[in-house]
Order: sequence, then C-alpha cells, then structure tokens
Amino acid sequence: MLRAQTQLPYTLPHSSSYILCHLQQTALFLTLWTYRDGNYHLDGAPTLTSQDFTMERRYLLGNEAIAHGCREVPVDFVTGYPGTPSSEVIDTLRATECGDMYIEWSVNEKVALENALAAAWCGLRALCTMKHVGLNVAADPLMTSAYTGVTGSLVVMSADDPFAHSSQNEQDSRIYAEIAQLPCLDPSSVQEAHDMVISASALSLELGLPVLFRPTTRICHAKGDVLLGAPKKDPRKGEFHRDPRQYVVIPAHTRVLHKKLLAKQPLVKKLLVEKGFNRYSLAGTTAVVTSGVTASYVDELLPPGVSLMKVGGYPIDETWLAHFLDQHEKVVVIEELAPVVEGAVREEAGEVIVHGKKDGFVPREGELTPEAVAAILEKVGIPPTRRFSPRSPVGGLPPRPPILCAGCMHRSVFSAIRKVFKDGIYPSDIGCYTLGLQLGAVDTTICMGASITIGSGIAHTHDGRDIVCTIGDSTFLHTGIQGLLNAVYNGASMTVVILDNRTTAMTGHQPNPGSGVTACGDLTPQISLDLLCRACGVAFVETVDPYDVPALIEALSEAKRRKGVRVIIARQPCVITARKSGIRRGTYMVDAERCTGCGVCLRFGCPAMERAGEKAIISVQCSGCGVCAQLCPTGAIILGVAGR
Amino acid sequence: MTRTCDLLIVGVGGQGTILASNIIGEACLLEGVPVRGSETHGMAQRGGSVESHIRIGSSHGPLIAVGSADVIIAFDLLEALRYSHYLAPGGTLVANLGMVIPTSVFSQDHPVPARDEVVARLAINDPCLIEAEGIARAAGSALTQNVVMLGAASLFIPLSYESMRSAVTRLVPEKMLGANISAFEGGREAGGRCGHTARMQGAG
Repeated sequence: MLRAQTQLPYTLPHSSSYILCHLQQTALFLTLWTYRDGNYHLDGAPTLTSQDFTMERRYLLGNEAIAHGCREVPVDFVTGYPGTPSSEVIDTLRATECGDMYIEWSVNEKVALENALAAAWCGLRALCTMKHVGLNVAADPLMTSAYTGVTGSLVVMSADDPFAHSSQNEQDSRIYAEIAQLPCLDPSSVQEAHDMVISASALSLELGLPVLFRPTTRICHAKGDVLLGAPKKDPRKGEFHRDPRQYVVIPAHTRVLHKKLLAKQPLVKKLLVEKGFNRYSLAGTTAVVTSGVTASYVDELLPPGVSLMKVGGYPIDETWLAHFLDQHEKVVVIEELAPVVEGAVREEAGEVIVHGKKDGFVPREGELTPEAVAAILEKVGIPPTRRFSPRSPVGGLPPRPPILCAGCMHRSVFSAIRKVFKDGIYPSDIGCYTLGLQLGAVDTTICMGASITIGSGIAHTHDGRDIVCTIGDSTFLHTGIQGLLNAVYNGASMTVVILDNRTTAMTGHQPNPGSGVTACGDLTPQISLDLLCRACGVAFVETVDPYDVPALIEALSEAKRRKGVRVIIARQPCVITARKSGIRRGTYMVDAERCTGCGVCLRFGCPAMERAGEKAIISVQCSGCGVCAQLCPTGAIILGVAGR
Repeated sequence: MTRTCDLLIVGVGGQGTILASNIIGEACLLEGVPVRGSETHGMAQRGGSVESHIRIGSSHGPLIAVGSADVIIAFDLLEALRYSHYLAPGGTLVANLGMVIPTSVFSQDHPVPARDEVVARLAINDPCLIEAEGIARAAGSALTQNVVMLGAASLFIPLSYESMRSAVTRLVPEKMLGANISAFEGGREAGGRCGHTARMQGAG
C-alpha cells in the first residue's frame, strides 16, 4: 500500500526524562501498587517483573497518558471518531503505532464501536474512543454488546465534558453504563487515567464484557508528571469462532444472554472493590463521597477527622456501600454531572443524613472547581484546609471568543448566503463553522448531521422562507447523508451547502473519507461528495470555489431559483492545513488613498482586518484568500505580496 | 524547602501557551518536583482567549482557584487584565506589553482599547511589563515571544535557571534553538530590570 506524506496534527514525542525509582518515586509507586508473591501488582494489570523497573516519568496530557497506557497493554485494534476532549488519544497513537496496531478514524461512533466490537469478538484487545455525545450515536451497539460480551477485550472511552467547554450538552456517560449494565471506570487524575485504561482492558478480558472508560475534560486535557510502564509488543491475530447463540441476538438467544449478563453483576461489583477502584478511609462520623477529578479537589481540601470514599468504578457494591454509610451520621456526595453516586448512596442511606445535588448542596450543572468544593464543604460544616478569597473579574473588556481563522472559507460562504438568501432560515451543524453564529448565519445547531434534518423538518411546516443548511464534509459523512436521502425522498425544498475543507478541522485536522488518506496515512479513494449527493437523488449539485465570490453568489442564486433539494459544495482546503502543506497565497494590503473607511471589510469579521484611525489595514495574519478585495466597493484592497 | 507555585499562563490561541506549559513541566521533571496542569484544547484555540494552569509542586487537582495564582504570565496585555482576578495577594504578574486587538472590536465597531489605559488598570497588581516582541525580534524571531515571557517569569518561579534553560533546549524545534535560547536570556534580563527583586526566587 502507498503511504502518503501526511502531517499528523500532533507533534510528538515530548522529550522525556528517565528517572529510576528513587525515594520520592517509590513513595508514589507504593500508593498505586501492592506487593505480593514477590511482585508488584496494579488493579489487575499484567504482573511487573524486575526487567520492567526502568520506568519513565513524563509530563503528559491526560489523553497522551491514556494512549501510552494502550501501548503498555498492548492494544491491537483502535477505532474512534474525533470529538473534544477525546481526540488526542488516537492522534497520539497514530503518530507512532500504525505499524503495530490497527488504527482507524471511523466515519462515526456507531461504525467505530461495531468495528472494535468485532475485533474483540475475534479475541483482540480493542479500544474505541469518542466524546460523550458520540456515545449517543454508538448507543445502539453498546446496549447489546453487553449481552454478546467479548472474547478479547473492549474498552469504550467516552469523554465527558462538564461545563460543556466544547460540547452541546452536559450528559453523563456513567448513566449509559448503568442502562447497558456494563462496568464503568472513572479516573480522578492523569496518572489514574493511564493506569485505569490498562486495568479496563484487563477487566474486560476477565469479565468477558466491554468496559466503559469515562475521563472528563479536566482529565483528558489536564497534565501531570506520569509514571509510565514499558510499551509492549505482542502481535495477535484475530480469529472469529462461529457461535450464533452468542452473536446472533434473535429473541430466543437474547433472553438467555440477558439472564447471563444479570448474573454477572454481583461479580462485577465485588471485583471493583477488590481491585481498589472503590475504596474508603474511615475517620469520624462525617463522610465525603466523591468521584472523578472532583476527588483531587476534595483530597487537597479535606481536613483530618472526616471519612473519605472515592468511587472509581461502577456499579457500586450496595452491601459494601451500606457498611460504610452505617458508620456515619452525615454524608456529602460531591461529584460532577448527574447524581450517579448520590443516587446509590441515597438508596442505602437509611437514617444517615445525605447532602448532594438533590437537596441543592452541590450544583447540578457546570464543572466543579477547588473554590466550589471548598464552598460545599463549608456549607455542610466541614472546614476546608484552604479558603479562597473571592475576587471578581474586571469588567469592560472586549470579549475574545474563538473565531474563524483569517482566510477561512466558511466566512466567505456565510457572507454570500446572507447576501443571496436575505430572509432565509439557516440550520447549521457541528464544526468550526458553528462560529458562523457570530456572522448571523447560524440559526440552529443541535447535534451531528442535524442541519439537513432540521432544515427539511422546517421546510415541511410550510414556513415558506428559504432554507439554507450548512454542514461540513466530515459531519456530512458522519450522519448527514441519511438526512439528505430522507429530504430528497420526502420531497423537501431546501438548499444544502456542504463546507468541504477536506478534513475534520475543529478537532485537530483528522482525515476523513474525503481526505484521500487514512488515519495511518495510507492512500485511499477520495470520496466524491458530488456523486454521493447525486446518488441520494439530488438533481442540482454544484461545486464552487468559495474564494471566487461572484461564482459563489451565482451558484447560490441559481439554487435559490430552483425547487427541491439543491446542494452546493463549497470547496477549499482548511487554511491551517493549506499553510502546513506549503500553500502561500501572498498577502493583501489596503491602499489608504482609495479606502473611504466605509467599514464593509471590517464587518466581514476577518481577524486580519483592523482599523487604524478612519481607515482599514490588513495585519500579518492575512492568508491571501482575497475575498475582502472582492467585497471592497472602492477597490482599495490590493495584492501586496504575491503568492508562490 | 517547600517548592510550590501555582502558575497561570494566559494568552490568545496560537501564541504558544501549550509549549510554554510543556517547558515548565519538563523543568519540573528535571528537578523531580511533582507538577499538575490543565489547558485549553479544541476549537477554543481558534484565536480565542486561552489559559494554561500549572501547579508546580502539587500532587492534587489541575486547577488554580481564583485569587490564588502565585504567578501569572500573560502573553497578551489585554488577557493579563482579563485574568488578573486569579492573582493571589502578593502574587507576581508578568505581562507582555504587546496586545492583539480582539476582532470583535472591529467587526462590531467597539472602541479600540488603548495600551496606556490597560496598563493603568493593571497598576494595582504591580505588574512586571515586558516588551516581548522587541526582545524576540532581537533574538532572531518574533515567534519566540512565549519563550521571552518564560525567561522573564523564570525569576519568580521556584525552578532553577539551569533546569528552565535545559527544558527550553529539549522542547523547541532544533532549527529555532539559537533564537529561543537568546529569547530566554533576553527575557530573563528584562525580568530582572522590572524591579521586583524582593519577590525573586531565593530572595524571599
């Protein structure tokens, strides 16, 4: 197979420091490992022998530490769809492991999970990564994968995003684990994320069940000095053993499988305590119960004389939990997102007073911070070891939200859409182009692929206005195609603009079927969006260069004149990938004599465009797209430095 | 000696806060000091306001609380003001005098914030102000401003000069090594001139 020269978005490796286990490391080491039978053991991870003792300590991003854990398993088969905060796990692995692991960026999370499940049915160690909302897409196979189980191992990493830093909601993946009756591991630090992904694979193998692994943003994008084990090479070949009673879930089979799954639950709960994922220390009659990254805040702020329970694995053993609660008068449960631990605690609490989200002591939304945890402790009568002085941010500063790059083709498309479809309705989708909100060209965004379906839904209500959807190439291939097919089939009248920059830009430029390369850089057929749309039954499909403003306006105007579903494919490489691949378009400048200071170019919203006094100027950020020069009514914007 | 320092690095997406965080982390590794951190990844990096928390000497959570940063390094003057409420009483703010005007100012026709006005509003924090662009250009590349700022702040961080310099050497691209080392030295010199000697490492 041909291997293309691709630029992986992540520069690795960091230089590293090899530090032998001297005193300080040994102290940490012993908190994580237990010594028995002449060897150190960690949560069911492979036994360490003396030859593994040259361990390495590196300062890593949580996702890099998780990727390193996968090397130590070693994982054989990796799939996923990019989504913040999960993307760097596969990006890290594909930078170095393509020779040893099968690694794919799948077209969506359902596809990713089914591929990984198949590998785990064939005895391989599989990993599937996604963000929390991706788990909604993959929920269908997830639910039944618990029934079929696995013969190898399958770790499903679903990264949650409290505070919705880069997400459309604050859902909690732990609830999926509960519905699916699958074990779920919940790390509280970067080190634990590294250790837990190894343990999750071992647990999956031991139980014959997929294991859900749910770090949160403050784990995935946190950093820390992490003690790493040695990567292993253990090439395995998959083998599928025909077993219809396990893998063909007709009603007669599935009823039996469900019974078996239920029968495994007590063992799962017991193992999670035995392996130390769920643990506590006793001190006094008041207790804090916590989980995830919140545990690290509690750890710093908890005074002596208060019991502490840390939950790192679900489901929680009720008998074990009840035994802990019985020894206390008052318990506060501090966790992010849904009251999952709190629900379990309340069920077993009896006479014990329980505080948490359900009685308003802990916020239900957003993420927790050291300040928030200190305030909660104070409120329940536990004096925190640190108090924080409340300071408010200064006011009156111009906001600095993320913004489309200088020269981004999306800006040109949004500007043209607003010009041609003045009273239009603009359903949009998930990607960098959601930032078109700032340009007044995004009216709806709900989930991947929903621009087209929301558009067709509105079209069928007889609202009467023009509908212009915008959707990126990767999002269209993820879950947009079905919506387009449905719109054509059911006779919707609407325009769909596919913003085709040939990459999954927002999450770090991962390739997709339109890029012509795989995650590992192998050349692959570049999918034709034009033919795909025509195959869905769209009669009017036009491809335009969004930097050519008159052509873009003409294509949109032609679409406006027609009926039925019309598709415009606006194609230009993402400016970031273009720059990295050596494209230099030159830079533009303003001829101050001809500039009248009308502000048309400034309102276009390009970050390269600034005002100096009454006139516009163009900064070094200019990437040479030339769109502003076509918008300027007096022709004052001219090419300053030619491209090459 | 207890060597803890909650350090916040702020700036605009694309200014190199992640490299700066990696350099500090590497210096901690070299000295065997535990370190935790948290940073902005994903779309928020697209020209938006970004923050990188680094907790030198901490084995706890990755976040610095409001009002508790011992040192803030601001790669942009406006961002220095935006995050100034994170500074602990008596903490040190090291800020670049350079300022990227947010695009929202031009596209929505807000008044352009004046540098003098921002400097005046920062005065209450007694900042150490650094002309990073000039120092970076003199070092060989305007792109080394992040390392200039690290050099300036290195005087207020409980990590040795040798470890910091060595971490820079390990993490910057080889062809930019000379410029980055000059940038680090130039920044350190400028930091020494801003009159915060009482707070310098080892002096307090």
